[in-house]
Amino acid sequence: MDVAIVGLGMHPFGRTPTMSGLEQGAAAARSALADAGTDFKRMEFAFGGSQDSGNADSLVNLLGLTGLQFTNVANGCATGGSSLNAAYSAIKSGQYDVGLVVGFDKHDRGAFNPKPADWGLDDWYGETGLMLTTQYFGMKIQRYMHDHGISRETLIRVAEKAFRNGSLTPTAWRQTALSWEEIENAPMVSEPLNKYMFCSPAEGGCALIVCRADIAQEFHPRPVYLKTAVVRSRNYGSFEVFSPSQPPEVANSPTVTASQAAFELAGVGPEDIDVAQLQDTEVGAEIMHMAENGFCEHGEQEKWLAEGVTELTGRLPVNTDGGCLANGEPVGASGLRQVHEICVQLRGDGGARQVAGEPKVGYTHVYGAPGISGVNILAR
Amino acid sequence: MSSEKPLHEGLFSWPSASPTLLGSRCMDCGEHAFPSQDSCRACSRQNMAPADLGSEGTLWTWTIQSFMPKTPYHTDETPETFAPYGVGYVELASGLKVESRLRENTPDKLQIGMPMKLEIIPMRKDDNGADLVTFQFCSAEELG
Repeated sequence: MDVAIVGLGMHPFGRTPTMSGLEQGAAAARSALADAGTDFKRMEFAFGGSQDSGNADSLVNLLGLTGLQFTNVANGCATGGSSLNAAYSAIKSGQYDVGLVVGFDKHDRGAFNPKPADWGLDDWYGETGLMLTTQYFGMKIQRYMHDHGISRETLIRVAEKAFRNGSLTPTAWRQTALSWEEIENAPMVSEPLNKYMFCSPAEGGCALIVCRADIAQEFHPRPVYLKTAVVRSRNYGSFEVFSPSQPPEVANSPTVTASQAAFELAGVGPEDIDVAQLQDTEVGAEIMHMAENGFCEHGEQEKWLAEGVTELTGRLPVNTDGGCLANGEPVGASGLRQVHEICVQLRGDGGARQVAGEPKVGYTHVYGAPGISGVNILAR
Repeated sequence: MSSEKPLHEGLFSWPSASPTLLGSRCMDCGEHAFPSQDSCRACSRQNMAPADLGSEGTLWTWTIQSFMPKTPYHTDETPETFAPYGVGYVELASGLKVESRLRENTPDKLQIGMPMKLEIIPMRKDDNGADLVTFQFCSAEELG
């Protein structure tokens, strides 16, 4: 049984001091249910996740105690991708007809401060100042720039595009475009990445209604079909965050393995994708993920960015809503935002940021610590 | 009695006139690990032996920590006295790349491929006033 997405809901990302994370999740769920013209009682199952805002299944206290199967999902930055993957399987297997996928979060300001023990590490690693994701991102793109001839200008171009797209997205957190100079001269965080090249922890909620493809029209006149949903973890040798040591051989990242599996399962190739969302925790991630997902060769990003290939008007628009850079990263909701945006684009509802040429096939990629990737391929 | 103690036992030989990093090596597949562990990340077997990883290598990648980290970072520094520090992976003779603080903390002094050498540095004082020491790497040329 094919799987359709028939309801899209979002509570705007950013800061909402008056609402808890859970309430933002409930708002997103209600909005997705309304978009699908249905109600919570009709939901047969739910998969939901939140990193810092409590148990997702507490949502039933706000949405209704209907007795549905509700499963909490906790998979770091790939929580949303993993929730959607689970929902995909639930429908695909024939077990259920329609259900809810939801993610929300409300993080404190500033960098996350993970505990070494949660990652199987001893205290010295954190105490001596190595337990920062920002360092890993700086070091990965530093090596990548060295190996593949990526310039600092290309880093700036990605940030520029993100905030420009964010300025066209009503639900985005950062809605002000930034000039080249503002980005170039921002305070350095972790060489070579500065303040405007990183996304920030944020708040927000996102929800999707998924159902059997053959009943999709009952809910929405323009369903988007989820061709495949794949999640992969790291292989030995993949260069990942929070690694006190790395083996001699650098292996393909989980993004490469998830992407290859997704293309194979969906029966399409990178050249068939009209619009994409690629994890942009920072600008280097978007650049590396362009190649890791198979869209270009390593090093070719330099030319692609200079020529505007990934702009809204380009051949493969990437992160049309400004991505994580402009939306921030409420971990539980972030992966679902990517899918939400691709559905908006495939429906043709992107407004000022709508990609021209009536895109037919879309792609989402989420990546998170400690080396997990989720890829979805969607089509109308 | 030495007034210097390792912040964490087993990461490097100490006390020692020429300290080296300590890890483990899989006796089945030959892969190294740092810190040492009882099972192999590559082949999953549990046949590991202690391995001396040496004290020299080349810089594989680097960044600079420009602001004082939140907990679990734990030194005697204050935001006023905090000094940025380098962070990098140093490729050792075995090919294993070890993540480490770096003495160099400005971009002009750091270059991928440069020779690096281990040094032991004080991180903070314990309750009895003894220095707790850890490892970092610095430019081999600067050390002479």
